Amino acid sequence: MTSQYVDRLSRTDRDMILTLVPEGARVLDLGCGDCSLLNQLVREKRIRGTGLDIDGMQLVNGLASGLNVYQGDLDDGLSDFPDQSYDYVILNQTLQVVKHPMLALEEVLRIGRYGILGFPNFAQWQLRRGLFFGGRAPKSPALPFEWYDTPNIRVLSIQDFFDYCRREKIAIVHQRYLMGGRWVKRLFWKRAVNLLAHIGLFVITRSDSGASTAPWRMPHSFESTVNAP
Amino acid sequence: MERQSVGQVTPEVFVFGSREEPLELESGYTLGPVEIAYETYGRPNEDRSNAILICHALSGDHHAAGVHSPHDRYTGWWDGMIGPGKAFDTERYWVICSNIIGGCRGSTGPVSINPESGAPYGLDFPVVTIGDMVAAQKRLIDHLGITRLYGIAGGSMGGFQVLEWSLRYPEMVRSAICIASAARLSTQAIAFNAVGRSAITRDPEWQGGKYNGRGPEKGLAIARMVGHITYLSELLLDEKFGRRLQSANRLSYNFSTEFAIESYLDHQGSAFTKRFDANSYLYITKAMDYFDIARTYGPLKDAFADVRARYLFVSYSTDWLFPTDQSREIVRALLSRGKDVSFIDIESPHGHDAFLLEEEKLTRIVSGFLTGVNEEVSP
Repeated sequence: MTSQYVDRLSRTDRDMILTLVPEGARVLDLGCGDCSLLNQLVREKRIRGTGLDIDGMQLVNGLASGLNVYQGDLDDGLSDFPDQSYDYVILNQTLQVVKHPMLALEEVLRIGRYGILGFPNFAQWQLRRGLFFGGRAPKSPALPFEWYDTPNIRVLSIQDFFDYCRREKIAIVHQRYLMGGRWVKRLFWKRAVNLLAHIGLFVITRSDSGASTAPWRMPHSFESTVNAP
Repeated sequence: MERQSVGQVTPEVFVFGSREEPLELESGYTLGPVEIAYETYGRPNEDRSNAILICHALSGDHHAAGVHSPHDRYTGWWDGMIGPGKAFDTERYWVICSNIIGGCRGSTGPVSINPESGAPYGLDFPVVTIGDMVAAQKRLIDHLGITRLYGIAGGSMGGFQVLEWSLRYPEMVRSAICIASAARLSTQAIAFNAVGRSAITRDPEWQGGKYNGRGPEKGLAIARMVGHITYLSELLLDEKFGRRLQSANRLSYNFSTEFAIESYLDHQGSAFTKRFDANSYLYITKAMDYFDIARTYGPLKDAFADVRARYLFVSYSTDWLFPTDQSREIVRALLSRGKDVSFIDIESPHGHDAFLLEEEKLTRIVSGFLTGVNEEVSP
């Protein structure tokens, strides 16, 4: 029951990421698993992509559709990848499982012009209620794990992420929040997202990188401005 | 699809480079005429665009798959990978494997007859390099009417040839599969080769390379024993042999072959002398020692600036002869140039030998990659 819900969640954030990536972009997916998101991006957005995962045998699916794959561990850093060599670097549902999230975020924005980041919000109200009234480590459809078997070793909220971006001069150029079963772009009362959203999905860039941080418009076509060094 | 054998195959020989137009070698010497022994599996398509060249390692040869006669006990050295429904699927690809020059299994090498003297070359055979081996293969590929290889693949020293091909003839290589290999032979590996060569040249039977008949079998066997140790991991040696004694439960207190690992190495050494020539071993290990992309083509970043192939690098977690980092070094250079490159490090206890043993995993990776080559996403 719960796992079905999680599957649906991961499908829905995949659909949302598909709408965020422009046609023909160069995309690196960190923690790509079996490359299914990239495969879909290749089919629907004709991207050129690279899949990275710690499990090499999972990457075989990506090879067969002409993707480049790279077996590696995010926690070791990604020094083999040159600066600004991709248009988009995706880190979806991965930030909360890495040992060094700061390193991961730095690498995302070093390698990519934009980062696409998705993570579960640990401050969603059901989780707060569970902790407050139940007195137990919180669970929700987006976070269905017991404390002893959760892959999530980092606990962050959407507000934490806002604070981090401000401090690190990271611009959020686009955001989507999953509430209930629906994606929303913004709420009238901005701070309420931290209470209501199960999942936050953000497109980020370095404020000083020169990449556009203007109010986001969905590009219909995309001309890659990242050249191979 | 069910995996099958390519069945019975017949080696062929291609001859080129008359004495008037010999093969020019990197050393400045020339060689000619040159014979190349090779085998093919599967069929060429109409425009011969489905050819895959397999490059063998130090002790391999052109007999990569199938059997030579129905009574053969052993199949070719990569039979698990080449055949209908296998990684190099002979229903789709035309697979070619040739014996390197300097080898002793049919291609021109120190055991061949020197046309100048009418006797075997011995040490009169010029020192050849990986580049020379590839230049000779190129003549064979031209002869077969292939203008662009769909792929080229090899492990260990075979990987050296793969890399050399992609650098020397970038327009002829569509995809390159480099397994358990490196951009240069490491100091440690040169050291082991040096011990092997010393064992051969210090065997009195070597006679300055002019031996007749069986030659320096003891030296060659020791060379192979040393080599074998480098192909296996510490973990595997421990698991497979441990401290077990071969035939007794009690220590013998003499110097006979006693431990199981001793007996295994003895067997590997003496079996090798029955199928390999000692001078050839000297020449081929020398060619490996000389291999150094940076020396020939400049720093790796620049060396790979103009390559056109899609690359796949596979390394093995316990390979200490060609460690994972040596593959990654090339991957990094290719990434810095924005080239298409994939890299997978297979978890395996088998050390360097894993490239011949971990066929299940390698099959999935290689067949996926080869399929993907056709799906090329336009840049």
